[in-house]
Amino acid sequence: MTHKPARRKTHIGEVVAETLIRTSGLSTIAFILLIFAFLAREGVPAFFEVKANVLFGARWYPTEGFFGLWSLILGSVLVTVGAAVLAVPTGLLAAVFVAEVSPRWLREIVKPMIEVLAGIPSVVLGFLGMLMLSPLVRQVFNAPTGLTAFSGSLVLAYMALPTIISVAEDALDSVPRAYRDAALALGATRWQTIWRVTVPAARSGILTAMMLGIGRAIGETMAVMMVTGNAARIPLTLDSFMRPVRTMTATIAAEMGEVAQGSTHFHVLFAVGILLFVITFLVNLAASLAIFQQTRRAERLLS
Amino acid sequence: MILSREWVQRLGFAFLTLVTVMVVLPIVLVVGYIVMQGAPALTWEFLTQMPRGGMREGGLLPAIVGTLWLTAGTAVFAVPVGVAMAVYLAEYASDNLFTRLVRLSIINLAGIPSVVYGLFGLGLFVLFLGFGSSILAGALTLSIMTLPVIISTSEEALRAVPQSFRTVSISLGGTKWQTISRIVLPQALPGILTGVILGLERAAGETAPILFTVAAFFLPRLPRSVFDQTMALPYHLFVISTQVPGMPVKIQYGTALVLLIFVLSMNLIAAGLRSYYRRRRQW
Repeated sequence: MTHKPARRKTHIGEVVAETLIRTSGLSTIAFILLIFAFLAREGVPAFFEVKANVLFGARWYPTEGFFGLWSLILGSVLVTVGAAVLAVPTGLLAAVFVAEVSPRWLREIVKPMIEVLAGIPSVVLGFLGMLMLSPLVRQVFNAPTGLTAFSGSLVLAYMALPTIISVAEDALDSVPRAYRDAALALGATRWQTIWRVTVPAARSGILTAMMLGIGRAIGETMAVMMVTGNAARIPLTLDSFMRPVRTMTATIAAEMGEVAQGSTHFHVLFAVGILLFVITFLVNLAASLAIFQQTRRAERLLS
Repeated sequence: MILSREWVQRLGFAFLTLVTVMVVLPIVLVVGYIVMQGAPALTWEFLTQMPRGGMREGGLLPAIVGTLWLTAGTAVFAVPVGVAMAVYLAEYASDNLFTRLVRLSIINLAGIPSVVYGLFGLGLFVLFLGFGSSILAGALTLSIMTLPVIISTSEEALRAVPQSFRTVSISLGGTKWQTISRIVLPQALPGILTGVILGLERAAGETAPILFTVAAFFLPRLPRSVFDQTMALPYHLFVISTQVPGMPVKIQYGTALVLLIFVLSMNLIAAGLRSYYRRRRQW
C-alpha cells in the first residue's frame, strides 16, 4: 500500500506574507538610495549655483553670498577629534574593566548605567552642557566664553562612550575562553593576559567600536549646537579648542528653519547634508569591513 | 624601582576601576541633578495645561501629547517593516552578496546623522510628497531612523530561538510560514518587544529629525489629525533653553525632567521585560 503525501494547502495569506517579507529585505537598500537621491535632488544644484572657490573658501556669511564650507568642515573635524581623543581611550579602558576585571555584581550596575547614558536625549545633555559645563569651562580655563569647541568635545565624548563601550565589550566577550586559559596556564597574570592576548584577539571588534563611536560623534547635532557657540571661523590655531566653533550638523539645524525654499542657501545646506552623508557612510563602511573581517577570521579558525 | 607583576596588576586594575567610575559617576550626577532641580516644577498643572505667557508660565500639555503622537506614529510604521526585515534576515536570507548588501545598508542607516534624516524628511515627505510640516512627515522620518535598532534587536531575538523548535514544527507538517508565525515569532516576542521599545525610546528623544518635518515653535492647541503640526518635548526643551530670553530655570529643568522620565521609563520597561523573560525562558 502506498501513501500519498497529504497535499499541503497553499493559503493566499501565506504567499502574500512571504512575498512581503522577501521584498522588505530590499527596502533597506532602497532607503539608503532614497536618502541619497533626495539629498542630491536638493543639494547638487548648490555646486552649480556657487562658484567652487567660494564653496571651499573660508568665509561663511550666507546672507552676503559667502558659502565657505571649509570653516564648517574643520569645525566638525576639530570637535570630533577632541571627542575621539577623550572617548576612545576612556571607552576602551572601561570596556576592558567591564568585560575582564569587574566582579559580576559591579557589572550589573555599570552596564545599565551605560544604557541610561545611551538613552539620555542629546538635547538634555546639550541643555546641561550649557547650564553647568560651560560656566565651569569658562572659569577653569579663564576663557571669555564657556561655549567652546572643548565643551563640545567633552559632551560628544560622553555621547560616544556608550557605543564604544558596548561594542568593544562585545568584542572582548567573544574572545574564546580557551585563549585566556592558555595564557594563564603559561603563568601570565590576568593583567598580562588582557593586554597581550585578549585585547589583541578582539582588535578588529575594538576598531569597529572606535569607528562607530567616531561616526556617532561626527553626526551629533543638538548637543553640539547648544554648547559650541556656533561661530563660523577657521579653527587652525592652537587656542581653537578654547574658542567657539560651528560644525556642519549645527549649521544645518540652526539655519534650515530660516531659509527660503529653493534659494541658494537652501541648496548649500543640503550640500552640507550630502557631505555628512558621505563622510558617515565611509566611516561606517570602514567599521563594517572590520566586522566582516572578524567573522571571516573566526570561520577560518573554526574550520 | 621595578614593580613586581602582581603590583603592576593591582595598580592596573585600580586604574581601570577609576576610569570606569569616572565614566559612570557623571551619569548619576546628571540624572540626579535634573531630578533635584526639576522635581519642584512637576505639578499637575505643569503636565496638563497649555503654555502661557510666552511659554514662561503654564504647562507642557501640547508638547507631551505631540511626543506621544510622534512615538505612536513611529511605531505604526517602523514596527511592521522592521520586524518583517528581521524575519527575512533571520529566516529567509542565505549568505550571499545581496544579504551582505542588506546588512551593510542597515549598518549605514544606523550611522546616518539625525540631522541628515531631517533633511531627507524635508526633501521627501514635506516637499516632494506634499505632506507639509506634519505629524505624518515627522513620524515617517523618525521611523526610518528607528528601523536599524528594531531590525538588529529583533533579528537577534529570532536567532536565539533554538533550531530544534523549527525542525519539530516542520517535521509535524507545518509549512515554513506556519513555523515562523506560530512558533518562532511568539517565542521571540519578548526580545522583539525589547528592541521595539529601545527604538521608540530613541525616536521619542530625538530633536534634529523633527526640526524641519513637524516641530512647531509654539502652538498652544492639541493636534487633531496626522496632518497637523505639533509641539514636541525635545524640541520644546531646545526652544526654551536657547530661543526664549528670561526663561525661568525651574521650567527648563522641569521640561528636561519630564523628557527624561518619558525616555528612561521606556528604557526601564525594556530592561525589566528582558530580565523577566530571560529568567522564565525554558530553553
